[in-house]
Amino acid sequence: MTLTARDRVLRGQSRWGTAALGTVTWLVAALFFFPVFWMVLNSFKTEAVANASPVLFFEPTLERWEAVTEVTRGLLGFSEAFTNSFVIVIVSTLLVLVLAIPAAYALSINPIKNWRDVLFFFISTKFLPIVAAILPLWIIARDLGILNSQLVLIILYTAMNLPLAVWMLNSFFGEVPRELIEAAQMDGTGLFGQIKDVMLPIVAPGVAATALLCFIFAWNEFFLAVQLNPVDSSTVPVWVTSNVSTRGNFLAKLSAASTLAVLPVVIAGWIAQKRMIRGLSMGAIK
Amino acid sequence: MAEVSYRDATRIYPGTDAPAVDRLNLDIHDGEFLVLVGPSGSGKSTALRMLAGLEACDQGSIHIGDRDVTLVQPKDRDVAMVFQSYALYPHMTVAQNIGFPLRQQKVPKEERARQVREAARILDLEDYLDRKPKQLSGGQRQRVAMGRAIVRHPQVFLMDEPLSNLDAKLRVQTRAELADLQARLGVTTVYVTHDQVEAMTMGHRVAILDYGVMQQVASPGELYRHPANLFVAGFIGSPAMNLLPTVIEGDSVVFGTVRAVMDPAVAAAVHQAKDADITLGVRPQGLALGSAGVPAEVVVVEELGSETFVFVELEHLGQTRRIRVRVDADYQVKRGDRTQVSVLGPLHLFGRDGQRLATASEVEGR
Repeated sequence: MTLTARDRVLRGQSRWGTAALGTVTWLVAALFFFPVFWMVLNSFKTEAVANASPVLFFEPTLERWEAVTEVTRGLLGFSEAFTNSFVIVIVSTLLVLVLAIPAAYALSINPIKNWRDVLFFFISTKFLPIVAAILPLWIIARDLGILNSQLVLIILYTAMNLPLAVWMLNSFFGEVPRELIEAAQMDGTGLFGQIKDVMLPIVAPGVAATALLCFIFAWNEFFLAVQLNPVDSSTVPVWVTSNVSTRGNFLAKLSAASTLAVLPVVIAGWIAQKRMIRGLSMGAIK
Repeated sequence: MAEVSYRDATRIYPGTDAPAVDRLNLDIHDGEFLVLVGPSGSGKSTALRMLAGLEACDQGSIHIGDRDVTLVQPKDRDVAMVFQSYALYPHMTVAQNIGFPLRQQKVPKEERARQVREAARILDLEDYLDRKPKQLSGGQRQRVAMGRAIVRHPQVFLMDEPLSNLDAKLRVQTRAELADLQARLGVTTVYVTHDQVEAMTMGHRVAILDYGVMQQVASPGELYRHPANLFVAGFIGSPAMNLLPTVIEGDSVVFGTVRAVMDPAVAAAVHQAKDADITLGVRPQGLALGSAGVPAEVVVVEELGSETFVFVELEHLGQTRRIRVRVDADYQVKRGDRTQVSVLGPLHLFGRDGQRLATASEVEGR
């Protein structure tokens, strides 16, 4: 087999190629990271500095962080929004796992006849743009009396993430050798024990990855939150936009709000990543 | 400990017409070591998995002791299984792996630890109890899988090719250890293998399957001496039996220029069958090279040290046939030698349908 120049670069056999590839990778990473970096930087500036033409050196201040966490009567406050978000996101993510794990287990370990169709049905629920469903959703929520409640978002975020979680967990479960489950059956383990004692410990990294994605999607969800729950019990993304003011540019304050909003996701990602790496390097199924 | 019986047990995989296991009838005695053997696709693993409950029994029934377990869940059958891949739980230590079935039975912790240590002592695993499966060698993993099975004191052991992932030397050693362990524990054991040497050396009785149909079940010696049909004749014995078409002339079987005289009872049986398509089977051990018999030319010499197998070509019914003959290790022979093949017997005769007609044990070469 002859190697093309591209193969040699990808295999790390060409020193210049490797260097070029590394440079490009760093450039792309910097390109993606820069706005985040700029946002964090802006949050430590005063409004005057932030809205003037960009400077590299400035006197950092926490003044805007204090401003953004100030409580204004009648408006959604920082601590309320974070409490709401944490409750809604964590409860919905747990619900997703509780529902998706048995579903994925059934589909991968003891598949029914048309299990592919079932999987396709799950993912097909995501084909409809959410905008098209918002009116009926709003009417149902109003009739049930759950508009402006944490409950409506918990239900919708669970429904939103469930297909994705079933899909992901199904593929993780599928990688566990059938014989391990059969061995557990022979060892006298019931269905619940098979999941709890054998399957979950082995696919823990996959479950962590799935939970992380559900967490991120629910945390960042804005459209449903702003439509169905715009007032007191709303979430962090709604709170961030409440810092956009018609009275002028408050870029530094908005940056501080945004930085606060992304922190939990960064922390959750960091925790899940450690688990995922440890799990993947376990790789000891055979 | 219990007897096991298959009664017309049949498994047809969804979407297929031919049964993977076709009306299997088999009674396994209490404490017996029974080996299911056959080529791949013969249904031997399916038969075992039906007994485990991992595969449905579409027709017929399966009994353990006096209990009909056809519809009983695997976890409630009180059988233990050793898998080909060992199927050790990767996230548990050796001790946890062995103790896992006991934990499922809610055995108290101290009692569990005692029994795990006992199993580990029997299997020589005491130094590895805190290791994870990936830190073990193949042989050690195999023993952990055994430990997980014996710790439960089940009614039946099921083993699905448990030695096939070991290297050749370790396999032979483990084979003997396993047979010894089974004899000591006295637990009814059903063992699946594709290796007829394993089957012959380990089994009290051996059941041979082909295309889901049981061909014969008998002791290793009986299978070797009286194969029920052509398939068994060709499958059992290493190297394999020589099989060639033949004809009957009067009371004699034709083998090259030799007429082997059948004793009257055998001749009567063969004549009664009125079968024109008769296959003659003779093991390499049933032939000899020397200065009498069918003229032949040596083609290949396989020296094993303890004995030698010689391929010769000879004229048989107007065609050149290649035959394998066993000779003593010190017998001097090389490719191209002209020699003669004589018949020591026994000769096996099979009819058109492949079923055995007779064994002509008394033959007189001429």
